[in-house]
Amino acid sequence: MISEDDVRYVAKLARLRIEQDEAARMTGELARILAHIDKMSELELADVPPTAHVLDVVNVTRADRERPSLPRDEALRNAPAVADECFRVPRMG
Amino acid sequence: MNSHRGGAVEPGTGGASLRAWEPVIGLEMHVELDTQTKMFCGCAVAKGDDPNTHTCPVCLAHPGALPVVNRRAVEYAARIALALHCTVQPRNIFHRKNYFYPDLPKAYQISQYDEPLATAGWFEYWVAGENLRCRINRVHMEEDAAKLIHAGGDTGRIAGSDYSMVDFNRGGTPLIEIVTEPDIPSPEAAREFLQQLRNLVVELGVSECNMEEGQIRWDANISIRPEGSEDLGTRTELKNMNSFRYLQQALDAEIPRQIEILEAGGTIDLETLHFDPDTGTTTPLRSKEEAHDYRYFPEPDLVPLEIDPAWVEELRATQPELPAARVERFTTVYGLSRADATVLGSSGALAGFYEEVVAAGVGAKPAANWTMGEYLAHLNAVGLEAGHGHVTAERLARLVKLVEEGTVSTSAGKEVFAHMIEERDEPEAMIEKHGLGQISDSAELEAIVAEVVAANPAQAEQYRGGKQQIIGFFVGQVMKASGGRANPKVVNDLLRRALDA
Amino acid sequence: MPPPSPTSASACRGWADVTALDPLRLTARDAKRLLVDGEISSAELAKVYLDQIGAVESRVRAYILVTADNAAKYSTKVDREMQAMRGPLAGLPIAVKDNMVTEGVTTTCASKILRNYQPVYTATAVRQVWEDHVVMLGKTNLDEFAMGSSTENSSYQVTANPWDLSTVPGGSSGGSAAAVAAGETLWALGSDTGGSIRQPAALCGIVGMKPTYGAVSRYGLIAFASSLDQIGPLTRSVYDCALLLQHIAGRDLRDSTSVELPEPVALPTAERLDGLRVGVPSEYLAAGIEPGVRARFDETLARVEELGGACVEISLPHTEYALPAYYIIAPAEASANLARFDGVRYGYRCADPVDLRDLYERTRGEGFGPEVKRRIMIGTYALSAGYYDAYYGRAQKVRTMVRRDFDRAFGDVDLIASPTSPTVAFKAGSRTADPLAMYVSDICTIPVNLAGLPAISIPCGLSDGLPVGFQLIGPAFSENRILSAAHALEGTIGFDTAPAFRDSGAGDLGVGEEAAQ
Repeated sequence: MISEDDVRYVAKLARLRIEQDEAARMTGELARILAHIDKMSELELADVPPTAHVLDVVNVTRADRERPSLPRDEALRNAPAVADECFRVPRMG
Repeated sequence: MNSHRGGAVEPGTGGASLRAWEPVIGLEMHVELDTQTKMFCGCAVAKGDDPNTHTCPVCLAHPGALPVVNRRAVEYAARIALALHCTVQPRNIFHRKNYFYPDLPKAYQISQYDEPLATAGWFEYWVAGENLRCRINRVHMEEDAAKLIHAGGDTGRIAGSDYSMVDFNRGGTPLIEIVTEPDIPSPEAAREFLQQLRNLVVELGVSECNMEEGQIRWDANISIRPEGSEDLGTRTELKNMNSFRYLQQALDAEIPRQIEILEAGGTIDLETLHFDPDTGTTTPLRSKEEAHDYRYFPEPDLVPLEIDPAWVEELRATQPELPAARVERFTTVYGLSRADATVLGSSGALAGFYEEVVAAGVGAKPAANWTMGEYLAHLNAVGLEAGHGHVTAERLARLVKLVEEGTVSTSAGKEVFAHMIEERDEPEAMIEKHGLGQISDSAELEAIVAEVVAANPAQAEQYRGGKQQIIGFFVGQVMKASGGRANPKVVNDLLRRALDA
Repeated sequence: MPPPSPTSASACRGWADVTALDPLRLTARDAKRLLVDGEISSAELAKVYLDQIGAVESRVRAYILVTADNAAKYSTKVDREMQAMRGPLAGLPIAVKDNMVTEGVTTTCASKILRNYQPVYTATAVRQVWEDHVVMLGKTNLDEFAMGSSTENSSYQVTANPWDLSTVPGGSSGGSAAAVAAGETLWALGSDTGGSIRQPAALCGIVGMKPTYGAVSRYGLIAFASSLDQIGPLTRSVYDCALLLQHIAGRDLRDSTSVELPEPVALPTAERLDGLRVGVPSEYLAAGIEPGVRARFDETLARVEELGGACVEISLPHTEYALPAYYIIAPAEASANLARFDGVRYGYRCADPVDLRDLYERTRGEGFGPEVKRRIMIGTYALSAGYYDAYYGRAQKVRTMVRRDFDRAFGDVDLIASPTSPTVAFKAGSRTADPLAMYVSDICTIPVNLAGLPAISIPCGLSDGLPVGFQLIGPAFSENRILSAAHALEGTIGFDTAPAFRDSGAGDLGVGEEAAQ
């Protein structure tokens, strides 16, 4: 089943900081949830097509016509940090 | 490189091995489409504008925003696929490709995975006059990332920067990914392939492929195998080559590096290498922990695209002429050699220029000579594309006709061409102004001929004594005396008459 | 308390009788009639609900944000411009679940990570009713990012069920359901991904409907599970539900997954169910249904037959696999949908991030609550390399089987009936220790979302003083058939939607006030 190392790996993938005790607890919770989910493996599903879209709709597209963009101040309005009219993020290196 | 074909590489010096190696190269290209609006929203695709002035809830990934597919992007993508002889799949869907990066606002890119737009095509291209074919694995649609600017360091790169800034104008621009099979046999071939593929895409009218603006980008995969082997070795991926020249340089650097490792008995690591144009070397990118786990799954916010075969046929019928067909046509219609047809026919701009010259009444061969010769040299010198600049096809055509009819000699004609460029003027005016008109009038020339013959009795004696070829000396003297303007044929005739007399 | 009556609203005549208007029973239909007849103004109508909010909100906590000033101003404007602002919804107050973006009004999704988020646009469904001149009273509480069945996952407050303040209203649209039940709004919009409209409607004794997937635009609905989410009405009557649905349904060019209903939503009038075949899935009844709930359900089936309908037992054999499939599909899609909350463009950002990695991990670690994190983890795991086929791939196949079960069943019956929730409202805090215990609240509602079908919950009686919900499920785009049948049933059940406001205590809310009235 899912191990604490798995949990740490997945937390990294999902960019979630979890503390040591949180990781331990979460491992137990996730293991129990996954055990329940494993019920699905009872079924024989080899020839069953997956349902990715429950609607029977195809080819929804739009014309290549311009629509008004947001004024820049609105685009930046919610930004936690701004620099030179751009969204600022901390050092990436 | 011995030759592009098979690309057999001589083993490095100092090595005990006598085995020859061949490179195996594949390319993955991304092309930004020249649509009005972005792939999934109605923001304008604009270049060089103020940051964050072309954004909306969708391309800023605000909560609750949803994508809608740009129909024209699908058409343009299909055109690329058709031009590459791909099978346009009857059904294609989008997938989410999940990873975190500031230039990716949703933290997933809407892309295509195992049900792409098109598969299994090929592209024919020429390397040193030889025709090669590279198979195309797939053509698919996705959206471009935003632009990142790194601040605070010296180099503008991530390393050493204090913070970074994101401009979302570019984010969401329609992007076409083209992946080849590893069929490219040499760095030179890779360069030619890319150049010619770029020409093709530009000619389709779906992208300007402006390289300074990053509208076409590529990564190369390179591995080595023993010459003649069918197996594939472990490949490395090269990134950050911003010009065709760098592509070739990077591959030229990487191949010996791999050979050296293999000949020493080592193995190649599957890794990503960054090309440094300053040092001309490839270095491993600081590996960012684990390789990306993209967790692809079908995009639930978009529905499948089912492509109508009739629509595909309509596209096929309205495709512009492709380079391969045009080169063929030039050999048959204009009677050009394959080599000449390739030079003139590969690029739409040059081909168009050439055909305009011919249409203006110039013979196919002289038009070819002048276009491939003086005109192409001029373009290369100033870095212009054919059809741009003030030497129009119409002007060149007039010059060529003047040369053909003898008004100006061929060598003087080249001078006229140079003046046309410098002074941005017409051929007739330049001939007039610089007195470059060819003298064909026998009376005028007879006088010069007589003078030259009289001035060189010794050589005249030699001629009369049987040394026929010394006429060349006399022709040269007459040309000199006439300032290069004497009609060589007339001069020749007059000289013979004068000397034989 | 006034004696229960089968129909709603003590009709009032004249301005002086405004105070006699009962917010616990007034329907939109009757309120509109009063407005049109000039019996009441829109401003007065809004005030009725704002006053009720003032009276009970401290005990119910249905609202994250009450937009009282805006409501007062706008309702006055509607009164002034009644000529220009006509239409079936003009002047009627409404509450909106706080996972639909509303430009100019903070939208939080009950999460710390959006606590200061100012939307730059408005959700289409909300915009549609705004354009019909409704008066928005505020944004209602929910489980954070719509993940939950009780509102206990809200990072702001736990809403109390007005029937018993020590119990939960259900979730995730618990705030909307409680607000309607407590008379704090005329009606409300909610969203349903695995039962999040129907289950709270059932627990609060009101009507709640999830339309066919695609019938209502999701543009502006903060996404939880994209292939399952739908916006829908929570109302005091089936007629009101149809009326509100009429105004939010319709194809939206901004939502590629939205479609036009094949026939427009009709306002129901039926009083009989003659010829209607109703299937009762044996698997749903095996699913741990409380005796009181089962009793009310069986009584309602008897009513179906009294009205001329026929009830038959049917089988939906893959029912037990629907819950596991849902708890892979929904978290998987959610893990991708919630990845955009990263502190870069909006929302919460952790203090003094040292680098990009720190920004992401701490912002999300601090900004998301435990249930949200759990689901992101499950979803990420289920999609990660090597697990896709076993989890997500498999779940999508189970989804096909669940759909086929329904398709087959609807070859034999017109509608399918079940209890909406296996239990009545449970004590706050009684299921928070074990996530799985909470998940089984949705065992009767989840399969419907997997299949993309429409379904309604109507109150069908009380058990131990708490409401029981009756669910009717129909084939895709059978909204009118469902509304019609529900309307007829509602008429014969005669449920009084006015709650008791009692507090039986021992609920983990720290609220022990006396019951109202």
